[in-house]
Amino acid sequence: MAEANAAGDDVILRIEDLAVHFRLGGGLFGGGARTLRAVDGVDLELKRGQCLGLVGESGCGKSTVALSIVGLQAPTRGRIAVDGQVVTSDTPIDRKSFARVAQIVFQDPYASLNPRQTVRRTLEDPLRLHGVTARSEIDDRVGSMLARVGLRPEHADRYPHEFSGGQRQRIGIARALILNPKIVVCDEPVSALDVSIRAQIINLLLDLKDTLGLSYVMISHDLGVVEHMSDQVAVMYLGRIVEKGDWREIFERPAHPYTRALIAAIPDPLRRMPLAAAKGELPNPLNPPSGCAFSPRCRYAQDVCRQEPGPALETRPDGHAVRCWRAAEIADEPVAFTA
Amino acid sequence: MSTPLIEVEDLRIDLDARTRRVAAVEGVSFRIDRGETFGLVGESGCGKSITALSLIGLLRHPLSIGDGKIRFEGREIQNLSPARQRELRGNRIAMIFQEPMTALNPVSPVGRQIAEMFVLHKGKSWREARKLAVEALANVRVPAPERRVKDYPHQLSGGMRQRVMIAIALACEPDLLIADEPTTALDVTVQAEIIDLMKELCAARGTAVLMISHDLGLVANVCRRVAVMYAGRIVEERNSDDVFRAPSHPYTHGLVASLPRLGGRAAHGRSRLQEIKGVVPAIAHYPDGCRFNPRCAKVTEICRMVEPTAELLDAGGLVRCHHHG
Repeated sequence: MAEANAAGDDVILRIEDLAVHFRLGGGLFGGGARTLRAVDGVDLELKRGQCLGLVGESGCGKSTVALSIVGLQAPTRGRIAVDGQVVTSDTPIDRKSFARVAQIVFQDPYASLNPRQTVRRTLEDPLRLHGVTARSEIDDRVGSMLARVGLRPEHADRYPHEFSGGQRQRIGIARALILNPKIVVCDEPVSALDVSIRAQIINLLLDLKDTLGLSYVMISHDLGVVEHMSDQVAVMYLGRIVEKGDWREIFERPAHPYTRALIAAIPDPLRRMPLAAAKGELPNPLNPPSGCAFSPRCRYAQDVCRQEPGPALETRPDGHAVRCWRAAEIADEPVAFTA
Repeated sequence: MSTPLIEVEDLRIDLDARTRRVAAVEGVSFRIDRGETFGLVGESGCGKSITALSLIGLLRHPLSIGDGKIRFEGREIQNLSPARQRELRGNRIAMIFQEPMTALNPVSPVGRQIAEMFVLHKGKSWREARKLAVEALANVRVPAPERRVKDYPHQLSGGMRQRVMIAIALACEPDLLIADEPTTALDVTVQAEIIDLMKELCAARGTAVLMISHDLGLVANVCRRVAVMYAGRIVEERNSDDVFRAPSHPYTHGLVASLPRLGGRAAHGRSRLQEIKGVVPAIAHYPDGCRFNPRCAKVTEICRMVEPTAELLDAGGLVRCHHHG
């Protein structure tokens, strides 16, 4: 299904009310099936040429959103429009045409490459599947893609085990870019790499974004990396966006207590402070707390937070949106605390 | 100078690769005073974890101590009998590991695993030890400890398991706690709580800490002094504040400059991250001369031929570089 872009609309990815639910159990051990709401009503927008940072801890649903954007996970509800292609719960995903628009770079370059395929084969297969059959064109495109990601021509005939982690991630990036997609989802692209290698890959991703005019969805738990790369930032907690806005707004004036806790938890080597600004751990998503999902861990929680479900995401005129009953009251509290 | 709590002198750890023997760690020396917090920082494969294991006699084939001395309260401990080592381990020196799920016994309730420490090392009866285990869980702020002692590790969350590990480690009030990437497997908000807890408990009891991590920022938050390891050697040892303000070794400088720091972009705009070129060398292929020389921005001829020695810095600390500054 195609959708004409309105003139002047530079939104390349629009996610509306996305929900992904998984049904668990209800089989062998009896008991009713339960529903895990991995993603529950997410709205996001990515403008052409920009990078949207998606932040949250394990289990918050950020990777499920990532898979939905590249068409690897069907939505239960809602609508995803990627550069004119639309996916809803009742339109089947056309994986092939999706693959030319949206691609993904995975976290673990050891697990995401086929160990039995040479680099050339890994890069050639998508081209062939998409109708590029002339030997000379295939060779050209593989060769120039390797050069773009900083690998040499002779690397094409080697196998993944012959490469270091950083080089493997370069191959993963080449694989994602070989079909000239418009959107690349980077799912924790540097967290599996050695610390001294991370800067190389971050620089490469930013260079490629500029030279190829790409748009990124950058998923990471590393706030330093997200701040460095993103134009817009969205913070997820238990399947929902709790805060989103311009990167500077999010990092300089974080409004949601969870965003504040994430920021306070990053150790500042020159200011030795207690790190914890939230208590406890992510609740079981099968049994979410009543009231605001963050309330059991929130240092600002009051009765309203524990009784009423979290408020709607409220967007201010500057585009900064937050889902918190007490956002206005706590705005002037410092982010980091001295015990 | 008073006797340090633990002192490592010129430690070499050999790796027995079938055909030949290579040094995985070489010339490593450091000391930790009573109640002091000391960090060992480096990337995977740099030798930081095996250095820690050597302190408590847990190196196993193909790794072994090749040379050097480890003194605990002035007494050499690298050649102790296994029985004497066990006395030391758990009682005087305790360790917590990265993955609490694999470090805990999956078929034993956590209370029993804590109580065991009091039975084995303090000669308590099981009845007494069980009571102490509840107290120990309460001390690491596990809610409803009298119920939780009956739980098995798989019934606890990652953060709770690491609290149990800390309770076991601190049960006998050791003089030294070794924490090897204690929060790497945890989410950042949970990491924050565990780090705060560990710092607080150790400070209150005067327990010295040897913390091992790849995260320089985290180590600097916990430790007063830090040593940076690269390819089996300590390349720089400083007060942690100094390491960040004015790193002396090009590798440390590269690490500090290569990572985006929170607030950096708002303060200075988005600049290209400074890269450390190349890759970490494999143990069997450490380069001649300075081990960092193929990746170093300041490399000159001497770096390729002569391995630099550890030099004292005027501002305090040590660095192993021909061109430090």
